[in-house]
Amino acid sequence: MATAVELAIEKIDEYKSKIGRTLGTPMRLRDLIRQVRAARTMAEERAVVDRESANIRESFRDDDSPWKCRNIAKLLYIHMLGYPAHFGQMECMKLVAHPRFTDKRIGYLGAMLLLDERSEVHLLVTNSLKNDLTCSTQFVSGLALCTLGSICSAEMCRDLANEVEKIIKQNNAYLKKKAALCAFRIVRKVPELMEVFIPCTRSLLGEKNHGVLMGATTLVTEMCERSPDVLNHFKKLVPNLVRILKNLLMSGYSPEHDVTGISDPFLQVKILRLLRVLGKDDVRVTEEMNDILAQVATNTETAKNVGNAILYETVLTIMEIKSESGLRILAVNILGRFLLNTDKNIRYVALNTLLKTVHVDYQAVQRHRNVVVECLKDPDISIRKRAMELCFALMNRTNIAIMTKEVLIFLETADAEFKSECASRMYIATERFSPNHEWHLDTMITVLRLAGKYVPDEVVSCMIQMISANDQLQSYAVSQLYHAAQRDAINAQPLLQVAFWTIGEFGDLLLQPTDVDSTPISESDVISVFETVLPSVLTSLMTKCYGVTALAKLATRFHSTGDRIEALVRMNQAHIQLELQQRSVEFNVILRLGELRDGLLERMPVITHNSLNAAAPSMIEDDGKKDDLKISSAEIKTFVVSTDATPVTNGDLLGDLNLGSTSDYSADLLGGGGGAPAAPAQQQQHSNSNILDIFGDSSSLPSSNAGVADLDFGIPAAKESAPTYQPVIAINSKGIEVQIQVIESWRNEQARLKMTAYNYTPRTLTNFNFLAAVTKTFDIALEPSSSPNIEPNEHATQFMTITRKVPNTAARMRTKISYIVDGSEQVGDGVVNEFPGL
Amino acid sequence: MMQYMLLFSRQGKLRLQKWYTAYPDKQKKKICRELITQILARKPKMCAFLEYKDLKIVYKRYASLYFCCAIEQNDNELITLEVIHRYVELLDKYFGSVCELDIIFNFEKAYFILDEFLLAGEIQETSKKQVLKAIAAQDLIQEEETPQGFFEDHGLG
Repeated sequence: MATAVELAIEKIDEYKSKIGRTLGTPMRLRDLIRQVRAARTMAEERAVVDRESANIRESFRDDDSPWKCRNIAKLLYIHMLGYPAHFGQMECMKLVAHPRFTDKRIGYLGAMLLLDERSEVHLLVTNSLKNDLTCSTQFVSGLALCTLGSICSAEMCRDLANEVEKIIKQNNAYLKKKAALCAFRIVRKVPELMEVFIPCTRSLLGEKNHGVLMGATTLVTEMCERSPDVLNHFKKLVPNLVRILKNLLMSGYSPEHDVTGISDPFLQVKILRLLRVLGKDDVRVTEEMNDILAQVATNTETAKNVGNAILYETVLTIMEIKSESGLRILAVNILGRFLLNTDKNIRYVALNTLLKTVHVDYQAVQRHRNVVVECLKDPDISIRKRAMELCFALMNRTNIAIMTKEVLIFLETADAEFKSECASRMYIATERFSPNHEWHLDTMITVLRLAGKYVPDEVVSCMIQMISANDQLQSYAVSQLYHAAQRDAINAQPLLQVAFWTIGEFGDLLLQPTDVDSTPISESDVISVFETVLPSVLTSLMTKCYGVTALAKLATRFHSTGDRIEALVRMNQAHIQLELQQRSVEFNVILRLGELRDGLLERMPVITHNSLNAAAPSMIEDDGKKDDLKISSAEIKTFVVSTDATPVTNGDLLGDLNLGSTSDYSADLLGGGGGAPAAPAQQQQHSNSNILDIFGDSSSLPSSNAGVADLDFGIPAAKESAPTYQPVIAINSKGIEVQIQVIESWRNEQARLKMTAYNYTPRTLTNFNFLAAVTKTFDIALEPSSSPNIEPNEHATQFMTITRKVPNTAARMRTKISYIVDGSEQVGDGVVNEFPGL
Repeated sequence: MMQYMLLFSRQGKLRLQKWYTAYPDKQKKKICRELITQILARKPKMCAFLEYKDLKIVYKRYASLYFCCAIEQNDNELITLEVIHRYVELLDKYFGSVCELDIIFNFEKAYFILDEFLLAGEIQETSKKQVLKAIAAQDLIQEEETPQGFFEDHGLG
């Protein structure tokens, strides 16, 4: 019955609308919505919208149409569907200027949706807002305040701050609460306008109205976060805030502000947050709030989400201020309870907070390790991600074995997006905490196997570096990696790369039996691994390149499998990828060079420089620096981000050598031209190893800068003209690396140096300034810098000349940099005690 | 501070969008598209939070509608869930057991209610009664000043 009546009414309504439209009224909003909803295809919908848009546009020409309000409403609907509606911006502002409330209401709604702080009609908006803010109807002022809060630009803030301040001082709670939030917005946008609001804010916190209190707390929080002076000023408010909070806790049931039995949780959370800001790093202020925090923490009902929201905020506050230890234990225990909660949201929040507080109270968080580890198995990806981060934060020397076991189980089934990060973090964790090198290596082999192709290239480089730097590990490493490569031939390319590099370098160690039980490995076994992997289409190009290099090296270490090796090296001579083809061709030639071959394919010198520092030269022939290889967690950023670095082709380098033909370079290598007898053996050795650097470098380290740096380092040294010296790192902080390199050593007691500053941050540095000071026995002259600004991943250079006043003294230098990034000035300094080449 | 709030249907249709920070139009569309796909792909048993750019996204589904808020790193996710719930309660009170159609056909009202509840991305009124009172008073002004024609009313229609 009811539906029949409804249908009849709808029918009449439809006729009414039709007749109306024949009389010239535009389509009603609800008719437009109906038509759009009735459209069966996107094309139909578009047709309806286009037609109506055209009508609306047409009607905007008529300035005093009584239907403007309706048209704007329709336009806003069209806008929400995602169609263009910018042509209505001006009309919204005209509508706002009308005296009718409906017009203003829709006009301001349109302004909030169609304009934002970047629009050009801002002068108009500012004027309308100014008029309406002083309007006697509170709802009109209310609309203006609401609009100001949504779309204020910096100029608007400056123009209207005083009006807003006047409203805060008025005695109208409805407008006061809105004005306080507008003030919050203005302060956030233009912090210096804070001064306007400081005097009137204090009295706001004495109000009874919760809306006003909310606005006031929000405003004070914002101001305190922006300015330390204001923070000190408002510290005396703590007793007031404590009282408000106490009243909320103590007061009985108040239906207006109750949420499932808790009195105004929104206000409680806001006040707790402000207390956090006020009590941070201040023991005295903290003391004033200890009691109330304990009360909130113990008395809040936790059956519902609201209660937990308050507890969560309380925990954050307790952990951030200088609270007493009992309170901290209470807070961490609350988080422990959160971890066991059946509500996923609460578990997520708990993990997140533990991660934030792990640096505050490491031991307390450590107690919840088992639960955290359990969360690695959670079906929810958000929770797993948090749990993984927390696991790595909790790893230390004592628990690494147990934790690793769990992380490896997680890694086995982890989503692709986790594998890469997990592998990097595992490397860092194992490098820091491994009980011994064998364990480190075994764990990393498992990680490489499980993370498969998602392992970042940097981890491969680090593994290679680790094996190269630990000579007692090499024999063990080569046999473990050989077995790993044998078992898992295709799935884990990065593992194969490490394995190939190691087998290539230390293949001879593989043949020596490690212990009595193991079956000896024959040359033929090793080569057959290459024979299965190299021809496979599933093997990546990079792995094949590692493979060919390894084979070339094995040719000098193995004796009975020469033919098979040569066949494998030759196999890719016509490969479609230039990189591999070139390696194949050139190694093939090198293998036939007889005596020279053995020198070229000798074992690489120890790699001690960590390739995480991509631009630094990757070879430092100085074992003393092994200890500097700690990777800080800050560096992991560059680590993961730069995985797309293109591998350097070593083709050019080899090409320059022109091996096999009557080449000057190779003649030089052998000790200077045809006539001269062989140069001293040591010299030859040196040149060779330099060239090997190039080989080894480009085959093992896919970081572009490193390869290039070595290019101008290796070749000239071989030619024995104008020696190039190793740069030293003078400053390395906050993602900025400053290297100083000797360009010309002492000549007439003068030396020329070059400073290169690399920017590894994602932001542009401006006003970069480099200063250097030397000891009294020296003079220094700085030339102008190449550029005061450094783009991300770019560098700037600056030359300097130092003059020695006392012969045979060593130069020492103190360096300092200053620059502006994101508007704040940063500085860094460092000392260089020795320059290679001086 | 809340950066933006989106309402969308299970079919991925945007029903309401409120931006408290300025983004270029193109980026707004991109954010909507990405968030809608990401959230719709999540299973019902999963937690209500995800990370998007440097913001925390808090979402909750009510019947066929998803309510989704983007908050900053310092903000409280759990209380944001309560903010969403409070808004739903307000809509429910205003429309009388609200459904998606109410919001589609009266989207402007949904915006008006939101604007009385939140301002500049922060909560302005924690009392449901006060919010609804303010809306009712404004609706009344609107009703009184709208002339009723015989064939056609002059309001939004």
